[in-house]
Amino acid sequence: MADDGLFEFLHMEIVSYCHNNDLKDEKENALAKLECMGYRVGQRLVERLTKECSRFKDELDTMKFICKELWTVVYRKQIDNLRTNHQGVYVLQDHKFKLLTQLSDGKQYLDSALKFLAFPCGLIRGALSNLGITSVVTAEVNTMPACKFQIQIQRV
Amino acid sequence: MSRQTARPTDSRKVSAELFTLTYGALVSQLLKDYENDDDVNKQLEKIGYNIGIRAIEDFLARSNVTRCNDFRETADVISKIAFKMFLGISPAVTNWSPAGDEFSLLIENNPLTDFVELPEGHNKLNYSCVLCGALKGALEMVQLEVDVKIVQDQLKGDNVTELRVKFIKRLEDAIPAGED
Repeated sequence: MADDGLFEFLHMEIVSYCHNNDLKDEKENALAKLECMGYRVGQRLVERLTKECSRFKDELDTMKFICKELWTVVYRKQIDNLRTNHQGVYVLQDHKFKLLTQLSDGKQYLDSALKFLAFPCGLIRGALSNLGITSVVTAEVNTMPACKFQIQIQRV
Repeated sequence: MSRQTARPTDSRKVSAELFTLTYGALVSQLLKDYENDDDVNKQLEKIGYNIGIRAIEDFLARSNVTRCNDFRETADVISKIAFKMFLGISPAVTNWSPAGDEFSLLIENNPLTDFVELPEGHNKLNYSCVLCGALKGALEMVQLEVDVKIVQDQLKGDNVTELRVKFIKRLEDAIPAGED
């Protein structure tokens, strides 16, 4: 049973690795790489998590699962606020996001904080994709350590 | 009407798998970025080193161990307390060298390699070498310079994963020039 702290250390190292490249085009790809990794982890994690769950009633039920069960497993707490416009846009608010709590909470590192949100965005996108929902997930930080994830469902 | 939720034991196991899955995604990415396995191994060791230098602080804060008197005690602490705390396993400490400066850690259920198979053409990849880097980094922070190598690997067909730890020297804090 791997310890919680280990995941945080590993995530920090992955962010550092992806951003350590001096080549310009590699720099732009860093966030994409992180998001891709998160996507794959999210897909696999949700498979393990929902092994014994019954089918979700609707999209909102799926989102509630992400906010409660998935968030608890990954970040040991639930999402603090879920809002939706009932037309495919969901905003998840976490007032104390676990991967940001170790960073200083002034204004100084707001830009760097986005580097730490790429993997979680991918995680959500991957989880949703394996539950049958295609989406685009973005994140924003206004005050550390709170952050908002915006999920836009792509209806084909 | 309510959906059947996952049982608590399941979700604890799954959060352990989070680390395994993330590590697997990292190794896959490294294999794409680097062409040869030796470079991947070096990166994994470097990443392990960086994790180790931080994890040791976490370990010392949470475990209340006192200073070890000799290398044998160090080996026991690593196996029974550190590995247990971070990975939930207790590798066996064996194969002591006659001089008492080398030992092996035998890991039977490596949590890093759950669900993992080595792909074709990557026989030189040491999947678990992040553990080598982590041990090296952690021990360096407590003034011990060691060399850690993987000598047996379950992913390559061996029965156990064996890490060989060799003591090199004790590190003394260097006194800044001009002070006595």
